[in-house]
Amino acid sequence: MQEYTLTVFSEDKTGILNRIVTVITRRHFDIKSITVSPSSMEGIYRFTIMLVLEEDQIRKLTEQIDKQIDVLKAFYYDNSQIIYQEIALYKVSTEAFYGSDTVENLIRNHNARILSIEKEYIVIEKTGHQEETEALLNELKVVGIYEFVRSGRVAIVKPMERLKNYLKSIEG
Amino acid sequence: MEVLQVKSNKEITDQKIKITGAEAVIRCLLEEGVKTIFGYPGGAIMPIYDALYDFEDQITHILTRHEQGAIHAAEGMARISRKPGVCFATSGPGATNLVTGIGDALMDSTPLVCITGQVFAHLLGSDAFQEIDVIGCTNTITKWNFQVTKASEICDAIAKAFYVANSGRPGPVLIDITKNAQIEETTFEYKKPVIRSYHPRPALKSDKISEAASLINSAKKPLILAGHGIHIAHAQEVFKTFVEKTGIPVGSTIHGLSAIPDDHPLMKGMLGMHGNLGPNMLTNSCDVLIAVGMRFDDRVTGNLSKYAKQAKVIHIEIDPSEIDKNVKTTVAINADAKEALEALTQLVDNKTYPEWYAQFDAFHQKEYEKVIARDLDLSLEKGMTMGRVIKEISKQTHGKAIVATDVGQHQMAAARYYDYLGNNQWVSSGGAGTMGYGLPAAIGAKVAGGGRTVVAFIGDGGFQMTLQELGVCSQWNIAVKIVILDNEFLGMVRQWQELFFERRYSSVELKNPNFCMISEGFGVKAKKITKATELEDAVTEMLAYDGPYLLHVMVEKEDNVFPMIASGKAVDEIVLE
Repeated sequence: MQEYTLTVFSEDKTGILNRIVTVITRRHFDIKSITVSPSSMEGIYRFTIMLVLEEDQIRKLTEQIDKQIDVLKAFYYDNSQIIYQEIALYKVSTEAFYGSDTVENLIRNHNARILSIEKEYIVIEKTGHQEETEALLNELKVVGIYEFVRSGRVAIVKPMERLKNYLKSIEG
Repeated sequence: MEVLQVKSNKEITDQKIKITGAEAVIRCLLEEGVKTIFGYPGGAIMPIYDALYDFEDQITHILTRHEQGAIHAAEGMARISRKPGVCFATSGPGATNLVTGIGDALMDSTPLVCITGQVFAHLLGSDAFQEIDVIGCTNTITKWNFQVTKASEICDAIAKAFYVANSGRPGPVLIDITKNAQIEETTFEYKKPVIRSYHPRPALKSDKISEAASLINSAKKPLILAGHGIHIAHAQEVFKTFVEKTGIPVGSTIHGLSAIPDDHPLMKGMLGMHGNLGPNMLTNSCDVLIAVGMRFDDRVTGNLSKYAKQAKVIHIEIDPSEIDKNVKTTVAINADAKEALEALTQLVDNKTYPEWYAQFDAFHQKEYEKVIARDLDLSLEKGMTMGRVIKEISKQTHGKAIVATDVGQHQMAAARYYDYLGNNQWVSSGGAGTMGYGLPAAIGAKVAGGGRTVVAFIGDGGFQMTLQELGVCSQWNIAVKIVILDNEFLGMVRQWQELFFERRYSSVELKNPNFCMISEGFGVKAKKITKATELEDAVTEMLAYDGPYLLHVMVEKEDNVFPMIASGKAVDEIVLE
């Protein structure tokens, strides 16, 4: 079992998210994260879905998703084939931030940044792999966290040809 | 009243004329050449039924007694016509009563267009009367589904539905139409759809064909597996040519039956759990396996880890997701079966394999002595076996009838003992194993088959799931010949309890009603026989009768279907008793 990232391009149709998700859940596979947003092409959505599976499972799953009528194309990649990132936001008390150097040092050491400073709280942003956003979370817990949220994975694909040719074919 | 004027015209020439969404639905069906709809009206689909009233001279609506009857009839129709079967149902329970049939059609690659009514768009999600999320319910069991909430979407949605249902690997499509969309007005323009995300006909790759041909030409003990795809692709003729040229013996999946006649010397029988000894045993000694339009279902393969491990596998299959799904292929030909077989036939050598055939013959002899002779025993003192009833009907219909079945022991007996000598004769629920399928599917098959004789073999259990459709046979005089093979048990479950659960017969015994009285009550002529001596004449009478007919046959109570590959066993671990 290892992490795989599914990249799915679909038409902008009501219900397509449900259709894709049920192909996965029907097989009792857990979705570790899912990100859906408009792609660079008008009217086409891009799904980035992270799963932990055997290669044989992800291959068959990709075929089944690819087969859905409103899916343009589905691809899968292991972590070595993609550059990926997640974004996390942390809300901590302004008092904790000003009370000592701890929070400031954490922000510096983790290459995070401050998004907003309010009277009662500050919002810190950190992008990175899950282990990295998790590490900052664990350290901030010591000073106290009001709220935490993490996005699903987004990924850019390393192999140039397959996806590029495909995108060309639908744009052309 | 512009709308009324248009209704009387057969064609709309002026695209500016507005018609209701409901009328657009009916006109779309006419554009697709639909002549028969099976369905059941209700509140949310009433505008469509109202529009239908004006087109009764062009399209027949058959009112089934239950929506499940409607969808199985549509399936039966599709399996014979090889065009999408159409059914209507209202929202809520009407729509959910279609669900079993939709799932069945997906598993057996049967093209359907199901049209359901839905509550007004502004009420969606409000738990309105008879509101059920049928799109959500059918997501995993439709090839495609779509909810129409505006009249202007109707034509494109239905055009896409027909195209998707019957292209590539066929399957069921559901279009859910909110009531407001049926009532609102729209212009009518029916265009063939263009779907950029859907490529149903993969291009044939000539290198794969050559690779496959050289594998076939160098084979010493090849075996062909014939599947449903041969029927779907209308490839029976080229398949026969291919088989005869290569001289390769054929085993058929249950849905492949009648792809090649049973009396063809190279047809070696059925594959799978209750298939024939030869093709099952020799799957595990062949050197090249050529699978045509089939999906290596677990009922065919038995234990996959012990399935044809020695063989090189050529898989001709139109659905790419089926390739390498269960069985790893050596050469994958992702293409339409007819196209692939035509190309392949050009490149294969004329050959015969006398020693290889002899192995099939030896297994047949063994199976004949241990199983078939007993199943077809004609000594008249004994109670009847299902096999001999089926064989008698096969004889009297010259092996040319359309055979519809329900699910269970009688289904296996019908697959094994009817002699399929025609083409596209088998209408049965394979993948889903849906009890209650037999009678309504036979009705649909008869409507599609016209003059062809349709015999429905049904068990006493399954018959009671959808027997209300006798009313349809009677009301429209649909001359289905219904044969109830009655052993007063849920026979297949009882067989498993006998073999694998120490004869603990849990909830399998049936105290049956008087089937003849029920049938006559519906206006369908019926007769019951209990002795083998009555069989021949009863079958003659049934077949000669002009109209639907029910023959109630009492068969041996605790008969078992053999051969059998028990669950989890390998194909060559098939047993005869």
